[in-house]
Amino acid sequence: MSTADLLDLLSRDFMQRALLAALLTGLAAPAIGTFIVQRRLALLGDGIGHVAVTGVALGLLTGASPTWTAVVVAILGAVLIEVIREQGHTNGDVALALLFYGGLAGGVLITGLAGDGAAGLQVYLFGSVTSISPSEVWYTAGLALVVLTVTLGLLPQLFAVASDPEFARVAGLRVRAYNLLVAVLAAVSVTVAMRTVGLLLVSALMVVPVATSQQLARSFRSTLLGAMVVGGVAAVGGLVVAAWLSARATVAPGPSIVLLALVMFAATWPVGVWIRRRHRLAEPFPALGTETPGPHEVEQHPHEHGQDCGHPAVRHGDHVDYVHDGHRHAVHGEHYDEH
Amino acid sequence: MLNPAGTPVVEARDVTVALGGRPVLRGNDLVVRHGEFVALMGANGSGKSTLVRALTGLRPLTQGSVLLFGTPLHEFKDRHRIGFVPQRGTAAGGVPSSVREVVASGRLTRRRLLRPAGKADRAAIDDALEVVGLTDMAGDGVSTLSGGQQQRVLIARALAGEPELFFLDEPTAGVDLPNQHALAEALRTLSGRGATVVLVAHELGPLEPLVDRAVVMRDGRIAYDGPPLAHEDVHGHHHPLAGPHDHVPHVGSPFDTMSLDPREDRR
Repeated sequence: MSTADLLDLLSRDFMQRALLAALLTGLAAPAIGTFIVQRRLALLGDGIGHVAVTGVALGLLTGASPTWTAVVVAILGAVLIEVIREQGHTNGDVALALLFYGGLAGGVLITGLAGDGAAGLQVYLFGSVTSISPSEVWYTAGLALVVLTVTLGLLPQLFAVASDPEFARVAGLRVRAYNLLVAVLAAVSVTVAMRTVGLLLVSALMVVPVATSQQLARSFRSTLLGAMVVGGVAAVGGLVVAAWLSARATVAPGPSIVLLALVMFAATWPVGVWIRRRHRLAEPFPALGTETPGPHEVEQHPHEHGQDCGHPAVRHGDHVDYVHDGHRHAVHGEHYDEH
Repeated sequence: MLNPAGTPVVEARDVTVALGGRPVLRGNDLVVRHGEFVALMGANGSGKSTLVRALTGLRPLTQGSVLLFGTPLHEFKDRHRIGFVPQRGTAAGGVPSSVREVVASGRLTRRRLLRPAGKADRAAIDDALEVVGLTDMAGDGVSTLSGGQQQRVLIARALAGEPELFFLDEPTAGVDLPNQHALAEALRTLSGRGATVVLVAHELGPLEPLVDRAVVMRDGRIAYDGPPLAHEDVHGHHHPLAGPHDHVPHVGSPFDTMSLDPREDRR
């Protein structure tokens, strides 16, 4: 396809809508994804995505808009995951797995009942951003804006809760409410990204840009903003690549978006490794004190001998000596005796 | 300073905590007065950390009551008046965060929702970083710091809210000596500003001169409450034996019970 053809294609109405939807998704998903990665729940988006399949299927069955049923079911699923995780009866990853499979199986079963078969679900599983309707663009834009406003507005609170829930509780923050808010926002961004990359690839857009950006960033804020840039570029770029290739083969935009994000990760990873290595080399050696043998006060001899302290222990009658610089230490009150 | 006449800042009455049905704290009374520097000591499992967690509201009480600044804990809203340093090896999460960001999150107790940080907030964060001596590292990633430096970051975070009452859970555990001294220096500054400090410690180390009241826990009860004890009073003391030690193994014949060893005779 020539450049002129590509520009012509990109200027079409449906393509403009697709580009807008992709850009908003690419910005919103990594924003909430940063908090999820901070809490070490990188697969949460995937769990919610699977639950949302059931939501879509319910929409197909009842004739309601699949986007909205997916939003509702995904929020319920996210809250359920959070509750199971918080109650601590099962591990967080087990809670995720339970909903993963329940959501997917339920979705396929209900789609079958609706008489649609796998084809009806396909659009939502792998995304179909080019078939997005004007009203769906508005939904997407609205939901993405909600996610972005809340995450950026409550950034300090969400950061405190995600990085140290105990401290946040003593500081008077409502930890449970904020955790639920993150779960609900994740559910909303999953449904936002559903039409762009599809439910099965949703989590990639929440996690891969964050992984890319944290290769280079040193602070949370720059990681978040960097992830949004990576997400936006990958979403728009992936869509253009898909459009460009569409003359020769059927290329779905979802996979090309995710693969582009992964390429960006692969490109930054060596840089990150190099930066971290340079940091380690620049670090000064810890200062070593000069040990003076002889009975010495604890002040001069900071080391606390004990199990696994690194000094060979020798049983000596009723106590234990520690071999240290060629002499043997026995703890005696404030100082060490030489034995 | 020991302050028998000061206003009580923490009043715990009959504090009982059960974990999984097992009593961990049994009927403890503790009153901490304004300006005191209290060390909660005791062996592992004696309940000292649980007591601090009960005082901060992290552990629900099975029985008893806790008043902070005269207000029952569940009604206590002036969260900016307390600072908490949790027992924790690291300040890092899954995403890199800078020292300044972590410290700034301690200022949230005084910030309103959806308002950008003001001049006073920034000044408090700068001051907190200076007290723990990490001003030069404000922009560094927390995960690149050593364990002792990360602990200082957590103390600075508690400091940023400018609290009057500090709870520190094992701040010196696993921290090397230079960092313990830096910690002690930061706590000395705090105490000098009139803050009340409640600190859980297994070993006091360089903090020893700061402590003016020791509370020793044993099996979930307060076993001692008073002026700080010398290390030897808590842990016992062994006297060296007169006479030379020899390091030759004491070979016993098959009929010998080894009890001829002079050292074992004495016990």
